[in-house]
Amino acid sequence: MAQVNRRATPWSWLWLALGALYFVVPLLATFIFSLRAEKGVLSFLAYTHVFRDPQFLRTFTFSVEMALATIIVGFALIIPTTLWVHLRVPRARALIEVIALLPFVVPPIVLVFGLIRVFSRPPFAIVSSPALLVAGYVVLSFPYIFRAVDTGLRSVDLRVLTEASQSLGAGWGTALFRVVLPSIRTAMLSAAFLTFAIVVGELTLAVMLAWPAFGPYMALVGRNLAYEPAALSILSFLLTWGFLLVIQLLSRRMRGPGVTVGGVH
Amino acid sequence: MTDWLGLFPFLLFAFAFMALPAGTLLVGSFQDAGGRFTLLNIQHLFRPSILRSYLLTIEVSAVTAVAGGLFGFLLAYAVTVGGLPRALRNVLTTFSGVASNFAGVPLAFAFIATMGRVGLVTTLLKSLFGISLYDAGFNLYSFGGLSLTYLYFQIPLMVLVMLPALDGIRPEWREACDNLGASGSHYWRHVALPVLMPSLLSSVILLFGNAFGAYATAYALTGGFINLVPIQIGAQIRGDVLHDPNLGFALALGMVVIMILTILGYSALQGRATRWRR
Repeated sequence: MAQVNRRATPWSWLWLALGALYFVVPLLATFIFSLRAEKGVLSFLAYTHVFRDPQFLRTFTFSVEMALATIIVGFALIIPTTLWVHLRVPRARALIEVIALLPFVVPPIVLVFGLIRVFSRPPFAIVSSPALLVAGYVVLSFPYIFRAVDTGLRSVDLRVLTEASQSLGAGWGTALFRVVLPSIRTAMLSAAFLTFAIVVGELTLAVMLAWPAFGPYMALVGRNLAYEPAALSILSFLLTWGFLLVIQLLSRRMRGPGVTVGGVH
Repeated sequence: MTDWLGLFPFLLFAFAFMALPAGTLLVGSFQDAGGRFTLLNIQHLFRPSILRSYLLTIEVSAVTAVAGGLFGFLLAYAVTVGGLPRALRNVLTTFSGVASNFAGVPLAFAFIATMGRVGLVTTLLKSLFGISLYDAGFNLYSFGGLSLTYLYFQIPLMVLVMLPALDGIRPEWREACDNLGASGSHYWRHVALPVLMPSLLSSVILLFGNAFGAYATAYALTGGFINLVPIQIGAQIRGDVLHDPNLGFALALGMVVIMILTILGYSALQGRATRWRR
């Protein structure tokens, strides 16, 4: 970097100190607050309560299942499409990109409103099936999966790879599963982790479609208890941290920008 | 032609679970209860009660976009051009990735535990310094508190999108200015800011959209008792609180229209922003 001879100004330190204050204080306060469930002493009682609650495990498992289903359906839908665009119809790239990024302009609350409207009456009355929840999550994850796969595919020479494998006698299936997919493995993994992180704590779709998912469970705990929500908050933060660390490690191995900007608020 | 067939599954899925729901809301916005065409729903959006919730949503989004944008820029500036050690930049980047994804219910809980009525900081300020935040007019569950909470994911997002733009600022430009006898403010007004302006503006617009569609954080923080458009739509889904389902569709349509304008502004400016990056 060419910034070696420029010394850090006091201003830079001031901004960083203010930032640290704003970001660390809520985390620290929440952590201390979560330790206060037992009167007079600091203890992990709130965490014990959280883990002992059968609803915790049940809702968390449900959300994990939804996240896995979302990843499977999202991958099955977007990876072949993106591959196809790169190999056969490059002209369609702009169209597919626009569609994949559209969920950014349709807020989740609007999306679920429309989904309920369309799918709560014949001929497609599937509003009470988890399939609709997964479909909604797949739509929410379009941008992340598409961007990751697209970036991944652009960093390898796809045409050369497929033609080489086919001239060596591989069929389409072999070329896909033995050559192309392994070459975009890190991109796929980071998209999977980001989707996972988004779906597991998601509230809007789950609460509106009335599913006992982890997001609505946390909201319910927040309404009824005092210290357990703080414990859940710390656990969620650690979980998010874990996911993002994995993604960053992966994208360091990947050429091109990592996809870490996400989140459904 | 057969090549396009390969795109069919994706297009069908996008149609069924995105275009159709959005289209239904669009059509419903222009229908009355009997299904006849009307512009009345759109007119009703300008009713004082509904206009107020749009204005509040826009206000929260704009305030957190500008404040988060400014502070996020200063942070990103500090670790790039500002010359702070490289290690701090890595810490900030990692943390920003986490914090921009740490939103919704857990984020609301963190702020309740910190600055709620019995939150740790609230009680500490009172017992140590005799300062009562809530007597002074602060309320976590209204505009100020909601904005303070949103900043927790807005600032990190700004940091992440501004870092590449700031990396494009060459130290040589500053040196050239210094050699030509320009002052610091000259450099900022005539070189750095004009180069950064498109990125700055487009990032602030991105932040605006980021806050505008947010539902989970506001819902968990206020229990649904704040008059934001997403909260209104949520209430409408749970039961016909507007006493007019079609007005609910128009409410949702209004959000999408504002989001589309936001994204158009973003991509227009983004095109100009990348001009300086090589």
